[in-house]
Amino acid sequence: MIRLERRPQPSRAWTALTPVLAVLLTMVVGGIMFALLGKPPLEAIRIIFWDPLFHPQFAAYSRPQLLVKAGPLILIAIGLSLGFRAGIWNIGAEGQYIMGAICGAGMGLAFYPTTSPLIFPAMVMAGALGGWAWAMIPAVLKVRFGTNEILVSLMLVYVAEALLASVSQKLLRNPEGMGFPGSRNFKQFPAAHNAEIFANSGMHWGVIAAFVAVIFAYVLLTRHIQGFNIRLTGEAPRAARFSGVSPARIIFLCLGFGGALAGAAGLFEVSGPAGQITIDFNSGYGFTAIIVAFLGRLHPVGILLAGLLMALTYIGGELAQLMLGLPGASIQLFQGMLLFFLLATDVFTNFRLRFGKTEVT
Amino acid sequence: MNRRTLLSTAAALSLISATGALAASHGDKLKVGFIYVGPIGDGGWTFEHDKGRLAVEAEFGDKVETVYQESVPEGADAERAITQMALSGANLIFTTSFGYMDPTINVAAKFPDVKFEHATGFKRADNVGVYSARFYEGRAIQGHIAGKMTKTNKIGYIASFPIPEVIRGINSAYIHAKKANPAVEFSVIWAYTWFDPAKESDAARALIENGADVILQHTDSTAPQAAAQEAGNVITFGQASDMSEYAPMPRVSSIIDNWSPYYIARVQAVMDGTWASDDTWDGIGSGMVGIGEISDAVPADVKAEALALKDSIASGDYHPFTGPLNKQDGSVWLAEGETAPDGDLLGLNFYVEGLTGDIPN
Repeated sequence: MIRLERRPQPSRAWTALTPVLAVLLTMVVGGIMFALLGKPPLEAIRIIFWDPLFHPQFAAYSRPQLLVKAGPLILIAIGLSLGFRAGIWNIGAEGQYIMGAICGAGMGLAFYPTTSPLIFPAMVMAGALGGWAWAMIPAVLKVRFGTNEILVSLMLVYVAEALLASVSQKLLRNPEGMGFPGSRNFKQFPAAHNAEIFANSGMHWGVIAAFVAVIFAYVLLTRHIQGFNIRLTGEAPRAARFSGVSPARIIFLCLGFGGALAGAAGLFEVSGPAGQITIDFNSGYGFTAIIVAFLGRLHPVGILLAGLLMALTYIGGELAQLMLGLPGASIQLFQGMLLFFLLATDVFTNFRLRFGKTEVT
Repeated sequence: MNRRTLLSTAAALSLISATGALAASHGDKLKVGFIYVGPIGDGGWTFEHDKGRLAVEAEFGDKVETVYQESVPEGADAERAITQMALSGANLIFTTSFGYMDPTINVAAKFPDVKFEHATGFKRADNVGVYSARFYEGRAIQGHIAGKMTKTNKIGYIASFPIPEVIRGINSAYIHAKKANPAVEFSVIWAYTWFDPAKESDAARALIENGADVILQHTDSTAPQAAAQEAGNVITFGQASDMSEYAPMPRVSSIIDNWSPYYIARVQAVMDGTWASDDTWDGIGSGMVGIGEISDAVPADVKAEALALKDSIASGDYHPFTGPLNKQDGSVWLAEGETAPDGDLLGLNFYVEGLTGDIPN
């Protein structure tokens, strides 16, 4: 007989160990999948995890790309993690990301072709505000009417997508684009372009913002009373209420913070790597960031590492497709396994395995 | 030139010298790359491009090596995918979706020795050519069959994005349906996707419920075919690919994109050293647009008329956009006997007279 016994305290060792274990299990099972597809498994794993960093031909290009890919993931995941810690489930970061991009890009395009150095900071503000405002909808509804923020925030993603389609064809459409949907390209609008700070470093302002967010969240959670309140609300809601923590305040704080960071990430992406508002500008960062937040154990430093790891599987996955002809879907499966195994091994954090007969209590 | 652009230029130059060396070390095998917007199993657009890739392999055997990457999102990810393909030593890269236009141009600027071919776009460079097919020629034949076969006089049209390519198709189909049957009405649903079986299926069902007994689609999946089959007594046309698994009913004919001859010719040109950037826009005449077999569900006289129409378009005797044609607002577009210049067609952003509804704009 094997059974699970609840631990009196979540195991610290397992908390640290499960992400590593999940990555190893993903490698093993993913390798088996690649082998079944008739591709060399060890080579595939090497290409995914090693080549983006050290391949002589690609690494010079793909290393900076890791930062480009990880930046928005980390930025969004940091915002989400605060809410998740407090038991507030903002699943709609994708929508907040889109709204941030629309508002920020709209701010920039409204002043086209200005050369003022103030335009980019103004766009960042507008982007963060756009994401914040979008997140305030589920927050207000939850506080005022007790609606479920999971559903509301998720549904608002589809509303944001519809708005994105609309503005890329009407309001923000490039007047010189021959009738094709899509805004002006920020690469041709230097004052508003979120360019790399050092050429070929991958470092744009969004990556800087992500690092700052990591430090900020770390300080908030470990040194600040609001961080303590957030943790307390998540771990012991009743105790939090007795000690005078207002649940409404925590809801506004967490959703607002998550929305603002997601919105800023959207702005950095649209004015930098993506370059323009298009109908399908959003590419799922808001959803992938949920995986990153959990993979990083909702801890700022963990999220930083998890974001980089996730970026690695993206870029390595692309290289594996290119070099081995692996189907695109198998790479998505591979990434999905990562979350699956993380959740599966997570059980050992709160439970321990017991062998032998059930003891009667 | 500010410092930022100076730095990136210097970096691009070093990248170029690095890739020049790589390409030289690659040997005498020509490496041909393909970037796909959908999965190769989509049964439509990407499927046909991949058939072109396989035709290149079959034609040149071990003189070529082909690589591809599927389901590449349009935007920032596309630029990375194309760059990595160029870094891997590809000599010729086909980017097969409209949304890859700016990324292709950006990457091409960094790799002057690599040749690029972008499908359905309008931006060219010394090492970037564009190619597309005159699908509207095939739409004329569909329109004719549709006009003859409809009993409810209602024709449904599933459109993807409001870009000139799609608007040309709607206009061409409408003009010829109206000629065959002055009582026809078109209703257009914009799906805002190239490939989304669920959305396409919903659109088809909505059109059928509103009385349409002909469904035309400018999206790539077979979902509308399945929806029509389920409804019975509704006819459809294969899009991009033959979709003959739905023949003889509901699929009565199809427009087939046949890229193979073009891809083979361009690969040959690179091998011969005669490749030059150009702008190819071919139709039924050259075989780039094929008309799938017209099934027995179509009466013999209608079939004969359709084939005659096809022959006259192929030979150049008849242009599907021949005046007199008015714009939707009643103003004159083409006078009696005048044919539409390519410039008008490439930027087409209006409906012809008789079509109802607005282009989302």
